[in-house]
Amino acid sequence: MTPASAYPVPPRPATVYYFGTCLVDLFYPDAGLAGMDLLRREGLKVVFPQNQTCCGQPARNTGMYEEARAVARAQFKAFPNPWPIIVPSGSCAGMMRMHYPELFAGEPDQAEAEAFASRVYELTWFLVHVLDIQLKDKGEPLTVTWHGSCHSVREMGVTDEPKELLRRLSNVTLVENPREKECCGFGGTFAVRMPEVSGAMVTDKVASIEGTGAAQMVTGDCGCLMNISGAMAKSGSPVKPRHIAEFLKERTNG
Amino acid sequence: MAETAAASTFVERAHKVLGNTKLRGNFRRAMDGLMAKRAAQFADIAAWKSLRARGAAAKRRVLARLPELLEQLEANCTANGIKVHWAETTHEANSIVLKILQDHDARTIVKGKSMVSEEMHLNAFLQKHGIEAIESDLGEYIIQLAGEAPSHIVMPCIHKDKGEIAELFTRHIDGQPYTEDVAELTDAARRVLRSRFAAADAGLSGVNFAVAETGTLVLIENEGNGRLSTTLPPLHIAVMGIEKLVETLDDIPPLLSLLPRSATGQSITTYVNMITSPRKPGEKDGPQEVHLVLLDNGRSRVYADNQLRDTLRCIRCGACMNHCPVYARVGGHTYNAVYPGPIGKILTPQLDGIAVAGDLPHACTLCNACVEICPVNIPIADIMVRLRREAVHPSDSPAVMGAGCKHTATEAAVWAGWKKMYASPALYRMGAKMMQRFGNMMPGGMPLLKEWTSVRTRPVFAKKTLHELAKEQGYSDV
Amino acid sequence: MSEARARILSRLRAAPPSVAPDRPDWQPPRFGDQRLAKFRTMLESWRAEVHDTTAAAWPETLAALLGTKLAGKNSRTVIHAPNTVTGQTLAEAWAGRSDVPVLVPYIESVESFKTVLVQQADAGVTGTVAGIAETGTVVLWPGADEPRLMSLLPPVHVAVVAASSVRDTMADVVTEQGWKDRMPTNVVLVSGPSKTADIEQTLAFGVHGPKEFVVLVLTDA
Repeated sequence: MTPASAYPVPPRPATVYYFGTCLVDLFYPDAGLAGMDLLRREGLKVVFPQNQTCCGQPARNTGMYEEARAVARAQFKAFPNPWPIIVPSGSCAGMMRMHYPELFAGEPDQAEAEAFASRVYELTWFLVHVLDIQLKDKGEPLTVTWHGSCHSVREMGVTDEPKELLRRLSNVTLVENPREKECCGFGGTFAVRMPEVSGAMVTDKVASIEGTGAAQMVTGDCGCLMNISGAMAKSGSPVKPRHIAEFLKERTNG
Repeated sequence: MAETAAASTFVERAHKVLGNTKLRGNFRRAMDGLMAKRAAQFADIAAWKSLRARGAAAKRRVLARLPELLEQLEANCTANGIKVHWAETTHEANSIVLKILQDHDARTIVKGKSMVSEEMHLNAFLQKHGIEAIESDLGEYIIQLAGEAPSHIVMPCIHKDKGEIAELFTRHIDGQPYTEDVAELTDAARRVLRSRFAAADAGLSGVNFAVAETGTLVLIENEGNGRLSTTLPPLHIAVMGIEKLVETLDDIPPLLSLLPRSATGQSITTYVNMITSPRKPGEKDGPQEVHLVLLDNGRSRVYADNQLRDTLRCIRCGACMNHCPVYARVGGHTYNAVYPGPIGKILTPQLDGIAVAGDLPHACTLCNACVEICPVNIPIADIMVRLRREAVHPSDSPAVMGAGCKHTATEAAVWAGWKKMYASPALYRMGAKMMQRFGNMMPGGMPLLKEWTSVRTRPVFAKKTLHELAKEQGYSDV
Repeated sequence: MSEARARILSRLRAAPPSVAPDRPDWQPPRFGDQRLAKFRTMLESWRAEVHDTTAAAWPETLAALLGTKLAGKNSRTVIHAPNTVTGQTLAEAWAGRSDVPVLVPYIESVESFKTVLVQQADAGVTGTVAGIAETGTVVLWPGADEPRLMSLLPPVHVAVVAASSVRDTMADVVTEQGWKDRMPTNVVLVSGPSKTADIEQTLAFGVHGPKEFVVLVLTDA
């Protein structure tokens, strides 16, 4: 499969860094760990710097560039070696890959920011294009649908990769959601600044997911996951929400 | 625009729409249809990308040479017999239009659709001076009857269904029986407006593209009311923003290939009307005089900023609103601005200032759906973030009025605290510990959590962080 | 010159410069020997009526068409431009016949001709300078001999197009005909009858301009 994104496929490395993201760290650590396990299972050395915190996106998106830069600089320090940085979230990956260069334009450490940005890869993209991971499905037959996060799709160019992974699971049937790429209404601070609009969006999103008839909804972004799963739980939806890393690991671990 | 509406916030206005199932249905249906039609037009993605690159380059070239192109346009229009006027403010533009009309003893004018005239609030201004302005685009005519503002820049009455329109027509048109038959409603409007066209003293229109090279005004439309407004009355006044130029006639085909396809999913509009002069000797029809009013209204201020300048590439296709998940939920009136949707969220604060429209850039999830489809590749989301920044942290750019006016000590303190924690690994680990231990005990009624849980359950802090799990599972730290 | 002009231009000139990018390559579509077929399909997609005919036969084709279209009317009035090739051909072919609509020439100024145009005309017949296959478009080039409103006010507009004048795209026509050096008062590209979808996105025709748009393609011209 040819990558849709603008950046080249790197050679298969021996060692990778893992950037867990702050949401995963606090709310979905099992999903984060599953991503690391998948990489390790493929024979890679996975390094998780304990000094990592957050990509800085919440501040940048609010217009607090100074604060965002300060937090980004802490990541430069935490990931010093030239290894690829794998991120189990399209949104945080997009922040680092697409927005660091612009955030640091004209700053003394602009070159460092650009070099860092060029090492960032979204997990599913990396699994497909760099590792060409083969998945032996050990689970029961299951129907799932995919939610593509806005930043995954439109910033990282990751559109079909996660679905490709789901298709590699022999017992999993993927049903397309016609509104797959429509925003779930999370938008970071948007969800709490404009809760009612955000609520309308996530309610529609849940309805479109339920409309597919799938038993589970899989996604690759923890912001969306938190938003959609929260709305599903509140409305008593029968659909089970999952992060793709955790889903893949479970299906293939037997 | 209603005075009371200005005092309300986006959130309050959105609340009204979100509770209106019918209105929400109208928008959703319309937006779904428009998105599907546009997608069908640009099914060949490679062709679309090269066309978009061509269109964006044409508009970027204009911005790179704007002052000289404006002079070239003026010189060529003048040579062709079109009288050119310049207005710094909407008030100046209104006064220029009024003066021209008064010089011709004009009492009624018919209007083709023009967003700049909306920006000027021209109809209300003329009415105060005893001149009746009749909207002739069917959608504009309908909302004029309703006493409303457009809710979409291409489809002004998209928020209304045929029942509401039928009622309006029965109330306002003599002898009009109640009917929801669209063809009959359309015929009724034709009948009424035909006589207004024939009797009008002047016609007013906008401009989609003005060609500097030839001094030509290009107007596109489906109905023919634009052609009538610019042909039948003895006087034609066109109003346009100073950015609506192209360098050459050769730039028109690619831009025309982008505009209607992006807007309504049509490969071309029924009419493309290219006006280069008033009626010449020997010609039987067309206006005796054509005037062109060039409106600045803050555009030259925006132009001073290299990033914000990209906003001025906009060709007003409206595709960004058709694809905006927020617009689809709240509709055009919620923005309380002449230009709603994504482009409005970045343009309005720039034209009117942050104090007036500072909450608009926050009515966005930064989903980038608009950026993906913008036919001239405007980085709408990045400009959105830049304006959020200007609202709290003014840069030294003079481009944004009211920059810094949304700065609050509380928010600054919150972000300072955030920075302290996330820029320091030690503090972060400590903070994470605290949240693990106490986070799930936060009272549900506290700010942010309360909003969050209005439609969702509260997120649960995990027992162990990924930092801890990684260590336990033997993942190396270096 | 006005102060506003000076101030606007001086603000624009004071802004930091940006580099004008080159225009990237862009290839408009090519239809090869499918050009005329595309022209017709596209026109029909706009709900235009397209008829193949010839330079000699088209007035007869038109008489038959209008005979059907205007069957229920007492007086049948067709506006033509007698000093154009199109208008002249029509006038000569229909001269002295009672089985065709009445031809009314548009030769006086609109101020005195308005009532006929606005209220009485049933159809207007114009020539064209080109057809565009990509979008199903005809190009009108009004002037002293062929006024602007005859294609707009009557409920039926008939446009006569030489097959040899049809090009793939608008870009081809603009370049080939050297428009930039000879723009007339008004050029109009027409693609179908007047239409609107302002009410619930439902198409309705003839909202202001012609309800019907008839294109006669002269296959031998």
